[in-house]
Order: sequence, then structure tokens, then C-alpha cells
Amino acid sequence: MTTDALTLTFSALADPTRRAILSRLSEGPATVKEISAPFTISGPAISKHLRVLERAGLIARGRAAQWRPCRLEAAPLKEVAEWADGYRRFWEESYERLDDYLRDLQRKEQGNEQHH
Amino acid sequence: MSSTTEIGATTFTTRSDREVEITRAFDAPAALVWAACTEPEHVPNWYGPRGWSLPVCEIDLRPGGSWRYVMRGPDGSEMGLGGVFREVSPHDRLVTTESFDDYPGESLNTMTLTEEDGVTTMTTAVLYESKEMREAVIQSGMQGGAAETLDRLAELLRTLA
Repeated sequence: MTTDALTLTFSALADPTRRAILSRLSEGPATVKEISAPFTISGPAISKHLRVLERAGLIARGRAAQWRPCRLEAAPLKEVAEWADGYRRFWEESYERLDDYLRDLQRKEQGNEQHH
Repeated sequence: MSSTTEIGATTFTTRSDREVEITRAFDAPAALVWAACTEPEHVPNWYGPRGWSLPVCEIDLRPGGSWRYVMRGPDGSEMGLGGVFREVSPHDRLVTTESFDDYPGESLNTMTLTEEDGVTTMTTAVLYESKEMREAVIQSGMQGGAAETLDRLAELLRTLA
């Protein structure tokens, strides 16, 4: 995934309505009408959100019928999840290594003092 | 914020909509923790997850001075990052910009050290350029133990919703 694609995914995920739409689609494909049902905002506003999600590659829309059902595209979300998971693990593991290293440094210091 | 931090536990908290705060206590004096974090002879000995090395570690430790790291993963892939120091108060406070070659955006990182009874608590506040960046980091897995693929995806969507 390129830097631009990751940025596009992040900004698409930044909106709570779009996250709710993705959450709905994680249960299975849905038509625009079905997606709109729980929201109080207008159909055109929902369509705008769907276009943003489509551009970010987070959803795909069927071409066949006039309903054009939307479905979730998992790949970009997986990239984000892996990136975030990596971030947390990065610091936890670095700090565990720092613990060991500080212990080594202190042991060496004590060793030096005993020699004096 | 809690004043006592258990040694060995890394905590991630959100202070504002653009910030992540990482807190960790170490069983060592502040001067030693500072040296381990700011001297090129020490940093490569711990920086990065297990299995990673730091073949490049250049640190010009002064306000306006820059730093540059290159990490190498177990599969040989490399990732570069770097920044410029804004504030350098030895054993106490370090403020620097940080950006990764391969990821979007820059963050401003403020590390503070507080020593009490020989235990040093390190707090690193990471301020992102945008709240989108931070939200993605926090909500999609920094605090949750997410499982693999679809399980993780479902989890991610739940926490995002």
C-alpha cells in the first residue's frame, strides 16, 4: 500500500457516519436504501459518503442491478489494522529490550565500582 | 493521570484528539535512561521490536540538531525515520519532530523522565498532525488485542463504529 493510499484510508475512516456504514457492511452486502435506513441524514449525503469510501477502496459496488449493492473491501482496513498493531508492538517490545539493556548497563557500572 | 506506574507495563492513553501518550517505568535512574535514549552507542541496543536492528543511528543532540535512524527487519527490509530536536533538557525533557520515510505525516514527540526511588517513569506524548492519523492508530488496535484477519477486521470495525 502506498503512502497516499494509507492517507486516503485514514481520512475515509475519520468520519463516524462512514465508520457506521462500514460496520453495517461487515455483516454483509447492502443496498443504498438499506444502508441509509438507520441514519437521519439525506440520501444524497449517504451517497456522498459511499463515494468517499469507494474512492478509498473500502467498499465496492455492484454494477448489475439498479440497486447496486455495496460490499466491504477488507484489504485497506487490514493494512490499517496491521499498521496500528505494529505500532503498539513496536513500543512494547522496544521497552522490554530497553529494560534488559538498562539492567546490563547497571550491572556493568556496579562491576566497575567493585574493581576500584 | 496516575502517579504510580507498574514497572514493565506499557500504557497507551489519549490526552487529546490528536495525541497518544505512552507511559513506561524503568528500574533505573533518569540519567541512565536518558543516556540509553539519546546516545548513538546505546540506542541500537534496544530500539525496535525483537529481531530488528538499527544499522543507522545518527544523533545530533541539541536544539535544531537532527537525528536519523534506519531500522532493518528480520526479512532484511529497511525503514528510515528521523526528525529535528526542538528542546533538549538532559535527564528531564526531550522534544523532537518525527517522521517515517514510508508513512504519511509528522508527529511532535515530547519525552519526559521522572525519577522516584531509583525508578524512572518515561512519558512520551506523541502529537499527530491530524486527528485522523491518531484515531486510526488508537482505535484500530493500539489498546485492543486484535486477532487475525477477519476476527481482527470485525474487532476493528466495532471499535471504529
